[in-house]
Amino acid sequence: MDHPTETIYYVGIDIGSTASKTVILDETGTVDSFVLPTGWNGRETAQAIREKLEESGYARRMRCVATGYGRICVDYADKVVTEITCHGKGGWQLFGKNVTIIDVGGQDTKIIKVADGQVSDFLMNDKCAAGTGKFIEVMATRLGASLEDMYRLAEAGEPLAISAMCTVFAESEVISHISAGEKREDIAAGVIHSVANRVSNLASRFGISGDAALTGGLCASSYFMRILSEKLGRPVETHLFARYAGALGAALTARKLG
Amino acid sequence: MLKLPENFESYAEARKAGFLRMKDWKEKGGNVVGVFCTFVPEEILRAADAVAAPLCATSEEPIPAAETKLPRNLCPLIKASYGFALTDTCPYFYFSDLIVGETTCDGKRKTFELMNEIKETYVMQLPHSRSEAALESWKGEMIRLKEKLEDFYGIEISEERIKKEIRIRNRERKALLGFLELGKLNPAPVSGYELGTRLDGLGFNFNIEERCAVIEERTKEVYEDWKQNFEGKPSRRPRIIITGCPNSGVRDKIIKTVEELGADVVGFDCCNGTREKVELVDESMPVYDALAKKYLNINCSVMSPNDSRMRYIEEMLEEYQADGVIEIILQACHTYNIESHYVKETVTNQGKAYLMIETDYSQSDKGQIGTRLEAFLETIEK
Ligand code: SF4
Ligand code: SF4
Repeated sequence: MDHPTETIYYVGIDIGSTASKTVILDETGTVDSFVLPTGWNGRETAQAIREKLEESGYARRMRCVATGYGRICVDYADKVVTEITCHGKGGWQLFGKNVTIIDVGGQDTKIIKVADGQVSDFLMNDKCAAGTGKFIEVMATRLGASLEDMYRLAEAGEPLAISAMCTVFAESEVISHISAGEKREDIAAGVIHSVANRVSNLASRFGISGDAALTGGLCASSYFMRILSEKLGRPVETHLFARYAGALGAALTARKLG
Repeated sequence: MLKLPENFESYAEARKAGFLRMKDWKEKGGNVVGVFCTFVPEEILRAADAVAAPLCATSEEPIPAAETKLPRNLCPLIKASYGFALTDTCPYFYFSDLIVGETTCDGKRKTFELMNEIKETYVMQLPHSRSEAALESWKGEMIRLKEKLEDFYGIEISEERIKKEIRIRNRERKALLGFLELGKLNPAPVSGYELGTRLDGLGFNFNIEERCAVIEERTKEVYEDWKQNFEGKPSRRPRIIITGCPNSGVRDKIIKTVEELGADVVGFDCCNGTREKVELVDESMPVYDALAKKYLNINCSVMSPNDSRMRYIEEMLEEYQADGVIEIILQACHTYNIESHYVKETVTNQGKAYLMIETDYSQSDKGQIGTRLEAFLETIEK
């Protein structure tokens, strides 16, 4: 039986390559949000999210939009929308102005121009992990460090040059740095700088209109933010909720479904 | 006696059939000239009683072989075509008497030198601009090609014969254009996938009369079906024009995908689309002048400057009532890649959406391209 007075929840699910973000809205604002690791099986992640939604009672009456790399895994979604459109919508909501969103994700990097609430243009880096979160992850493993360690180490280091264009070659560069006895701090700084370089090249070539804003997993690192803004030669802002921009955009889209 | 390649027995059925068909054609006395590009005047080849066998390859398969001689960072179309030549796996190359290349892009130009070691490759010197001097020198190239063929086959080619072939080819251009311009109908009467696939298929039928008949028949069928079932029923599917490099090798990855995602591909500004066909050869001019003029006007990005391509795209946007343009760049094709700057400007100035995809013949970016196409359509939807 439908209860017409019962709240309808608008759920946005962003299944990224490393983390899956969920945002729950009602008619007036954000009600809840959570992150789960994606793991190797997107379907299982989607199922885990569903269970959480059920436990909290959101699933009783919900409209759900899925986005992200694994969006098709969410078989209970009312609609699937690409992460580009969702980042655009979520970014507009978070920053409230025309921005160029730089989303450094686990699998790819996207530059999205948002004007008047809509995506006006976008670019995705092609076929290449350099300049993505994946790159940092791979290098962290090489250095035997966790992601958090990586930023901490980098902050204390002097960046070594890592110039290879591709993750596979860059990895061998890192290995030769390690065997040459270079400091872990310096190598870590080199890795972060090289990612910031690639991202900033991509963004500059595409052109930045409005202010620059960073979303995606890397915006949690103030160190990365600082380096990126140095390379771009302009301030880069972010938002506490920026990690959820895609999921938020999906939830807003769900609200539009009515 | 004509010989089949050494590994013939190991080939797949379709390839075997291709070889046998070509062998049969040659045994009946047919001449075959292999070509890569629309700048080579088929009229003159036909006047030498030769068919133009299209050698532009669209498959990933021979690329590793090609990369034993060519750099990896090269257009997949060139690598694949050369790879087929190197491995004796393309019946059209294998049975060509002669290859006629052209100095279009650097990649092809230099690859022809290597190709010449496998089979005689004659190269037409195409100027890269449209000045008076260029026209004069290109006309000279028309005459030199005629002389080359006369020499090669030990024949004489009369201007009368070329005139006749010009008429035949003009008629063919009109037939093909009639088919491709079905895309101007709104709602779209036929998928862009079909438009492209059919056109490619025709290239391998060497009987030009049959080619025209087949395509005119299909044009009529589609039009009548549209009249009966679709006219006056507006569709919400975005209408897309494809531009850029030859796209047959990435048709599944891009054109099929975007249509599956809910758009209609209605027009093709590319050399396997309307680009070569919109301008006919002037039948009232002296033949070599007429051919030179027509063939120098092809809007390929190897020309510099190439403003006429931008004007044509503007026209197409309007006539096809397009909502957006997808530009396909084959990896390492510098001329199209650089020119995409102006294409984007042209398209966005008209308030239409533009997406550029740089890709090769591999499947590794299939998923990502899918996402980009989907997002592109979402920006049009609004
Ligand atoms: S794109 Fe230009 S150079 Fe390439 S085949 Fe077509 S006309 Fe020739
Ligand atoms: S697509 Fe570009 S690089 Fe490839 S053959 Fe044609 S003009 Fe040359």
